[in-house]
Parts: sequence; structure tokens; C-alpha cells
Amino acid sequence: MTDLVAERYRLAFRLYPYARSPDQDAPAPARHKVIIAGGGPIGLATALDLGRRGVPVVLLDDHEGAGLGSRALCFAKRTLEICDRLGAAGPMLDKGVQWNVGKVFHDDRLLYEFNLLPEGGHAFPAFINLQQPWFEKFLHDAILAAQAEGAPIELRGRNRVDAVTPSADHVTLDIMTPDGPYQLQADWLIACDGARSPLRGMLGLSFDGRVFEDNFLIADVKMKADFPTERWFWFEPHFKSGDSALLHKQPDDIWRIDFQLGWNIDRAKELEPANIRARVDAMLGPDVAYELDWCSIYTFQCRRMDRFRHGRVLFAGDSAHQVSPFGARGANSGIQDVDNLAWKLALVLDGTAPDSLLDSYDAERVHGADENILNSTRATDFITPKTPVSKLFRNAVLTLAEHLPFARTVVNSGRLSLPCTYDGSALNGPDHPDMPPRTRPGSPCPDAPLAGGWLLPHLGRGFTLLSINQTVPDSLSAHGLTVPRLALDATPEIAARYLGNAKGAVYLIRPDQHVAARWDHFDESAIAAALARAIGKV
Amino acid sequence: MLITAPNLTRPDETYERLIAIHDGLTEAESHALNARLVLILMNHIGDHQVLDQALRLARDPSRAPD
Ligand SMILES: Cc1cc2nc3c(=O)[nH]c(=O)nc-3n(C[C@H](O)[C@H](O)[C@H](O)COP(=O)(O)OP(=O)(O)OC[C@H]3O[C@@H](n4cnc5c(N)ncnc54)[C@H](O)[C@@H]3O)c2cc1C
Repeated sequence: MTDLVAERYRLAFRLYPYARSPDQDAPAPARHKVIIAGGGPIGLATALDLGRRGVPVVLLDDHEGAGLGSRALCFAKRTLEICDRLGAAGPMLDKGVQWNVGKVFHDDRLLYEFNLLPEGGHAFPAFINLQQPWFEKFLHDAILAAQAEGAPIELRGRNRVDAVTPSADHVTLDIMTPDGPYQLQADWLIACDGARSPLRGMLGLSFDGRVFEDNFLIADVKMKADFPTERWFWFEPHFKSGDSALLHKQPDDIWRIDFQLGWNIDRAKELEPANIRARVDAMLGPDVAYELDWCSIYTFQCRRMDRFRHGRVLFAGDSAHQVSPFGARGANSGIQDVDNLAWKLALVLDGTAPDSLLDSYDAERVHGADENILNSTRATDFITPKTPVSKLFRNAVLTLAEHLPFARTVVNSGRLSLPCTYDGSALNGPDHPDMPPRTRPGSPCPDAPLAGGWLLPHLGRGFTLLSINQTVPDSLSAHGLTVPRLALDATPEIAARYLGNAKGAVYLIRPDQHVAARWDHFDESAIAAALARAIGKV
Repeated sequence: MLITAPNLTRPDETYERLIAIHDGLTEAESHALNARLVLILMNHIGDHQVLDQALRLARDPSRAPD
């Protein structure tokens, strides 16, 4: 028997085995509100967020779970905060590895050592190291928990999308399963089918940007050795294992090693275990015992779609934008796409917001993608200088960095992924000049300790009115929404992060915990106007 | 604002030092020294806008910085 849905990769976790759906026997294509194509981290998170908002979703993936292999490793604080909102962060934090000390080497010299010393007063660390399959598994666990509480989420494994036909008010999909083909229709289709996005191709959409002419060998090795939990980065390492190299700790005694190999290489030869071992031996020294866990070679690119919304089809995650991994922005930025999209789609579906609200998804996340591409491109250019003069300056920076702290600020082996501020978004309302810039409209709310907990979990599933030193009614109703108030004491963290030089503050916070607008006093009509703006009713 | 009016306190001596510091270096070593010097001076100036003016002026000396 031929396999109608071929397996393209092996699984680390089988999460949603194929099961025949009644839709496959329906005389006409069944119609669904939202279909998600692709069950990687971004598709799973989208299903979870929408399902928890009560929006019925069907997720289709041509596999049955999380793929095996070395991909995302660093998950940033904002991702953990979003996953916390989705009920998935606890196990991630428990399993993930935290680190603060990094070392930077050039050739055979330790140039300097740094300690990240993250800002205090946040529930989550700056980031954790966790293998991508575990990240996906924990999202799936949260989906199971949400389903048990009635969230209308359906996952269909070995359902491959083969064709997409857009219409004015819906999309028709041709799907292949082990039992043969069937069709579905959806009011909205979210394409989370990864960097190679077959759906993008089916719709004839382009994906332009820059390919970096370099190959990176990623080796995950298992070693029990008593290595410190630190991030080590080499420029031009003496062990000649590549033009740069990176050593990073993962859970379960696994270490991630990246070797930059250059452009003209023989992939098959480089992937021979003996050749990989030669490089790893040179890096770790002769006496360190280890096993090779997983190895692969990647080339990297930075590119994005022109627009992330095409009528009733929305692109999210790697299908919409792809970055090189320096700075760990791939999955981290995709999770911010989800955060931005889910509440908007939910409000459009229940008729509270006009469909044009989804254009702001495109505008805001294109802005985010450009920021990530810029950061990743800069890091890649520093790590792999493209001209003799850029290499001259790069190495001058490294020479100075050994002795002079100022040069260390220029060394760029990847900048920490920070959430995007939607400056200039059409959804933003009034700002107040006396308040801190970090919480201006468009910014993600910084967390802060509250009596017995943290600020972010107190922000609601919908909009929230946050008040500090101001008398504000318990809730405000306008434009079909009821916005509860959260009154905060001006603790040192709240004052520093939200008050600044103002005596009091009223913040309108969006469902994705970004600031919509802020004032120094309560003004019902101003807030109602800002609310209208924030849901695209202007 | 980038200073383009004469500002060196001892122009001849300073220039002499600039040349002398390269004594005995290979061309590659001299280029590396110049690169380090540029970075050190950039840090001393610090201001992004002033540096941007200086960079553009270096690329095209006939154009006064705006
Ligand atoms: C070496 C490396 C290191 C990385 N490190 C980091 C890091 O540290 N931090 C970070 O944030 N990111 C990192 N990334 C990026 C991260 O892996 C991606 O950004 C992330 O996987 C994107 O998730 P996604 O859900 O958009 O796409 P994917 O994970 O690619 O998922 C797409 C899904 O769609 C399915 N699919 C495809 N076609 C179809 C179809 N026709 N029908 C149905 N289903 C389909 C696929 O089977 C798959 O399950 C790294 C990437 C690499 C390669």
C-alpha cells in the first residue's frame, strides 16, 4: 500500500495520532470558523490561544507530533510570559536550563566573561534553554488541559494541506489523509506551516530576503562531564573546528554545539560521525567523554513576506518571516505573532471588531519581523564578516574587547530577543510625557511583583484598565466590551515602570498585554475613544 | 554637531605621532592599528549623530555635513 501522507521527519513526541473525522465522510465540505495549517510551536500556540478564548479551531498537520532534532533552544522571557497566559509556562520553567554567565573567546584567548544580571522584579528569567520538542509538548499538554475544560480545539494528525482556494468570505482546503483526500472550508485560515510554507507557494506569494552563504553544523552531544552552565562563544577558534563556535547547555545533560563551516563544504562528509567527533574532540579536549545525540547542517536566511494577511488567510511564525538563529528570534517572534493575532481574530469573529482590525496584525507584526531581521542580520554580519575591511574592524573590536569594556558592547554574538514595541501603530492612543518611555503606547507591559504574586497574571483575558493613585470605577463598558479595572499600589517597581514622574496613572491595556494608551487621570470618554481605536473602530 | 573648524591644539606634533605610531609595522598591522584607533576615537565621541556626520564626511570630504 502506498503511503498517502509520507513522513518527512521523525518524531520526538507522538502527540495527535491520526483519527478519521466525520468530516471525511461528509457529502459536502464541512465549514469551520478557523483552520490552522501546521502544528509546530506557532500553530499549537495559536490553537491554544483561540481555543481558550472559546473560538472553535481545527489544526491540521501532516505529522502526528513534535519533530525530532536540534532547532529552537533559547526561549525568551516574553515567550514565557505569553505561555504563562496560555497555561503552559510552569513545566517549561521546571525543565528549562537557566544561565547567566557567558564567556567570549577569540582564537585561544578568553576575551572576557559577562553576567547577564537580569533586572529584578520579574516572574520569569531573561530566557531558558529548552529543546524545541519539549516546548511543543508542553504547549500540547496545555491544549489537553484546555480541551478538558471545554476549549473547542481539534487536532488532526496526518492531515496534509495540498491545495488552498481562497474566496471572498472563506477558504477551501484540499486535504490528504492516510484514508485519502477530503475537503474543508474555513472562514479564516492561519498558515503556520513553517519556513518552507507550502501554503505560501500554493497562493503564489513571495518570500524575499537574504541568504547567508554559510553552513552551520549543529551537534547536540550528551555528556555527564562537570561542565559549568555557561554560554561559551568562540570567534575563529584555535581548534579550527569552524570560523565560530558556540557551546550551550540544554536539559538532560545535552549540550548544543554550533560550528560555522563556511560556504563551500561537502555536507555528507561533514556529517560523518568521525568528522563531527574530530571537531568536538578539538573543542572539548581529549579527555571528555560524550555521545553524539543529534547532528544536522543548516544554512540561514533572513526574509519575510510582504504582507502577513492575504484576505482570509493569515500567516504566522516562520511561514511569514524567517531569521538566522543568532539572537534566538524565530520561535520567540512567532509566539508574539500568536499573542497579537488571537485576540483580534476572536473579536472579529464575535462581531465586536471590524475585520480591518486584522490589518493591524499585519502592520504590527511586519514591524516586529523587521526589527528581528535587523538584529539577526547585524549579529550574523559580525560573526561572519563579508568583506576584508569588515573582518578587519571585527577583529579590531575583539582585540580591544580583551582589555576595554567599551568594545565589549560592540561584540555581537546575538542580541537577546526582546519583545517588540508597536511604535506608530494605528491602534495606539494618547501617551503622557511624564511617564516612563518603556511603557509608552505599543509597549508590552513589564511584569512587576504584587502582593502575593505578579502583575501580568492579573491582566485579564480581554482589555484591562490599570490604575495607580487614581479613583477609577470597577469597570467601564463601551463598544461592546466591558473593561475591568485593576487598581495597583505604587510599589517601587510599579512606580519606576508605570508612573515615572506622574502622580497618578490610568493605563488601557490590550488583551495581549501591550499598552494601548495612558493618562494621568480617569476620563471616561477619552478611554472609550482609545478603546474604539484599539479595536480598529476608527 | 561635528567640529570641522580647526580644533587640534598641536597639529604638527599630533600628526607626527600618528605617523610614528606605525613605525616598524607591516601594512596589515598598520591597518589593524588604524581600525583600533577609529574604534577608540568613536567611543570617545560617543554621540551617534556626530559620528554619523564624521563617517559621511570621511566618505565624501567635499560635502559639508548637515
Ligand atoms: C538550528 C536552529 C536553531 C534555532 N534556535 C532558535 C532559538 O534558540 N530560539 C527561537 O526562538 N527559535 C529558534 N529557531 C527557530 C525555530 O525553530 C522556528 O522559528 C520555529 O520552529 C517556527 O515555528 P513554526 O511553528 O512557525 O514552524 P515549524 O516549526 O516549521 O512548524 C511547521 C509545521 O507545519 C507542518 N506542515 C508543513 N507543511 C504542511 C502541510 N502542507 N500541511 C499540514 N502541515 C504542514 C510541519 O510538519 C510542521 O509541523 C532555530 C531554528 C534552527 C534551524
